[in-house]
Amino acid sequence: MKHKQFSSLAFNIGITAFSLFIALLIGAVLFMIAGANPFTAYAVMFTAPLQDVFGITEMFVRAAPLLLVALGISISFRSGILNIGGEGQILIGAIFGLVVALYFPKMHWSLMIPLVFLASFLGGALWGGIAGWMKAYLNVNEILSTVMLNYVAIQIYNFLIRGPMMDKNEVVYGTGASQTARIAREYWLTKLIPGARMHTGMIFAVVMAVIVFFFLWKTIYGYRMRAVGVEVKAARYAGINTKWYLLLAMIFAGGFAGLAGSVEVLGVHHMGLESISAGYGFSGIVVALFGGLHPLGAIPASIVFGLLIVGADMMQRAVQVPAYIILAIQGLIILAIVSSNVFITKKSMKVKVLNLFRKPAGRSPHAQ
Amino acid sequence: MSLDIQNLEFRSISKRFPGVLACDNVNLKLRKGEILALLGENGAGKTTLMNILYGLYQPDEGEILINGRQVSIDSPQKAGEMGIGMVHQHFMLVPNLTVKENVALCMYNDSFFELDHKAVNAKIREISERHTIKIDPDSYIWKLSVGEQQRVELIKSLSLGANLLILDEPTAVLTPQETEELINLLKEMAAGGCSIIFISHKLNEVKAVSNLIAVLRDGRLVYHGNTNDHSTDELATLMAGRSISLPVAKEKQPSDEIVLELQNVSAMSDRDTPALNKLNLSIHRGEILGLAGVSGNGQTELAEVINGLREVTEGKILLDNEEISNRSPQKIINKGMGYIPADRLHEGTVSSFSVKENIILKDYANPSFSKATFLLNKTISDYSEELVSKFNIKTPGIETTCASLSGGNIQKVILSREITRNPKVLVAVYPTRGLDLGAAEFVHSKLLEARDNDKAVLLVSEELEELMNLSDRIAVIYEGKILKIIPAKEAEKSELGLLMAGVHNEAQAIQ
Repeated sequence: MKHKQFSSLAFNIGITAFSLFIALLIGAVLFMIAGANPFTAYAVMFTAPLQDVFGITEMFVRAAPLLLVALGISISFRSGILNIGGEGQILIGAIFGLVVALYFPKMHWSLMIPLVFLASFLGGALWGGIAGWMKAYLNVNEILSTVMLNYVAIQIYNFLIRGPMMDKNEVVYGTGASQTARIAREYWLTKLIPGARMHTGMIFAVVMAVIVFFFLWKTIYGYRMRAVGVEVKAARYAGINTKWYLLLAMIFAGGFAGLAGSVEVLGVHHMGLESISAGYGFSGIVVALFGGLHPLGAIPASIVFGLLIVGADMMQRAVQVPAYIILAIQGLIILAIVSSNVFITKKSMKVKVLNLFRKPAGRSPHAQ
Repeated sequence: MSLDIQNLEFRSISKRFPGVLACDNVNLKLRKGEILALLGENGAGKTTLMNILYGLYQPDEGEILINGRQVSIDSPQKAGEMGIGMVHQHFMLVPNLTVKENVALCMYNDSFFELDHKAVNAKIREISERHTIKIDPDSYIWKLSVGEQQRVELIKSLSLGANLLILDEPTAVLTPQETEELINLLKEMAAGGCSIIFISHKLNEVKAVSNLIAVLRDGRLVYHGNTNDHSTDELATLMAGRSISLPVAKEKQPSDEIVLELQNVSAMSDRDTPALNKLNLSIHRGEILGLAGVSGNGQTELAEVINGLREVTEGKILLDNEEISNRSPQKIINKGMGYIPADRLHEGTVSSFSVKENIILKDYANPSFSKATFLLNKTISDYSEELVSKFNIKTPGIETTCASLSGGNIQKVILSREITRNPKVLVAVYPTRGLDLGAAEFVHSKLLEARDNDKAVLLVSEELEELMNLSDRIAVIYEGKILKIIPAKEAEKSELGLLMAGVHNEAQAIQ
């Protein structure tokens, strides 16, 4: 039995690795079209960030928000909702966090930081909850609603940092940069290494991942959500209020994306500025899929994608190719992961693949 | 053009799947005009063998001979060219096209732009006259009954030139009358020169229709010979490898106490058409009430309204004199309802959950299995192990997903959960559909045990034999109404069959 489980795991890993290889192969063609040597490009991308303290710390700076978004995505996907709204949920979370950090009365950081986190969780939860409520009670397709809510959130966020929440000094000095005031220094997340941006956000995210794992697999709420996610009919049959759990899943999904917003605010930027999210809402989906929609799997996945993002920046400088090419490669990776999933979940496809290796060369079905 | 198949031979066919030997050195022979019944329990290799003949699988060893010449069938197209046709258990018809259009779908058409109506019509007429299959080529598929749809499938295969037909459990969806018609039709077709392979595990039908029988067990051919050489009991023993006798309800003094009562209950179907029409029914403590009917006459809807899964638009449902209509499923479960749904893979179980998780599907929130919202893994595992051994569920372990179990074992998981919960009422919908005899025997004995433990059991089934063996009373449902309730010992197949078709002496529903 153990052996069988192992070989099945080996098969899954093998298939995933193979499809990743194909994705990178196609990516190599893109590099060549862009006029770069794919070997150097990939070499820089995957190894350069690991060669100095800056690269490694930056990797974790990127990994923290990715992991938090991926946790939310894992919860929603596991509950049967395709949540594409991470980006908007991050922004609304960031706004809620900023309001608390900027306008609430002064208090000790040990009180303020949890309060900011709580506020941004609620903000994201509100934004996710809207889509969840529409899905559960009005049967509105969640892909449409979450994508559209992203646009709404972006406009609200931009309006606030250019208007009501804009730094007063920007107005006074007439520079007019669209950003909020700086958050008081004592509320910043602690830097782990002097001189680098790496902060305690990653530790927080990993703790959250463990909590989500326990929540999904060890509590009755997680049990219900997973049941609703894979077999709504059976969940209803078992007496589960499926609508409420769809909504709850989106509340959690949005909440975790919201946390990513405040991690960026408190840990990296220390203020609200444009493009605060850097696409984490979308990359987080890839991270979650890459991590097998498992909260613990999302931890290494987020680090790998942190590496990819930092590596892409370095690659841009090394081989003179726009960093945007990494978006194309990310897209290829999504396609690879999603399509390799077919081979893992569909028995007949799995058999076909295994037969490729098992069939002895001597026998052909077309003989005679 | 398709071959005229004079004789077909399987020569030492073997087929391996990872971990399983699905067909093990099978030898079979069939001549023109013969009807071969292929018998076997689920997983015995019947379907694999037929899929090899139909070109969906390649044998690992052995060969297929047609008219004495070895052939390689590597696709269903190739099978079609050779004159082999298959009627699947689930019909492959487009419901919103007509019979003619469906037949035309698989025929070669000369013109690129329009359908050659004349040619298709002529073909259908020729086939239906030759085999006396009555069908209107211009009626839409969705308007036809299941039996008529099956005839369309037959015509489809025949118009492609098939003269060897494979029928995969063709009677599973038919009423007794339709089954009889099909059997007669198949016999006529065979007399007209068709060869037929008939897959089934219903022994009576096999006896009635076939002249040859092949019995498969665990991929091996355990019997190949004339149908008349063995009695149905002997065949059952051959199939199972041990003697099986389905349990029969023992006479029991019925209790007067009504546990579940439906008063004038109406409900709509998924398509918003009336499914239940002021239906009245009551079930007593300690009895099995069998509900006979052709599927689609409101049985599933009835089970769903009882369980709170479908809205009751009119009327009342009482459990122990307490109204439960339109209560939430959870409340109804708490009041003592047990339910074995028709769809065991997607409703009765969460198929991607483990056996363990499925066993606690209705009890995870019970204080004995969770504390302060945390699931008590150890208790749950112990409980699951206990049920797995008590109900003899064949699974590699309690962590195995339900989807990887056989149908019979999935049903055992559901049974173990529902019965151990000790409900007052147990609703079982098609509980043995698709199960082999061994598994059906187990389900039957458990249902009888539930009855003897004073549960009120509502058994919905299409199989009259099952209903007559187990029930104390049999109610016949037709178009959402109970046509008649007959004490099981007075019930006769022919009468039930007529009632199921909606024919009633008084031509009016009883109150």
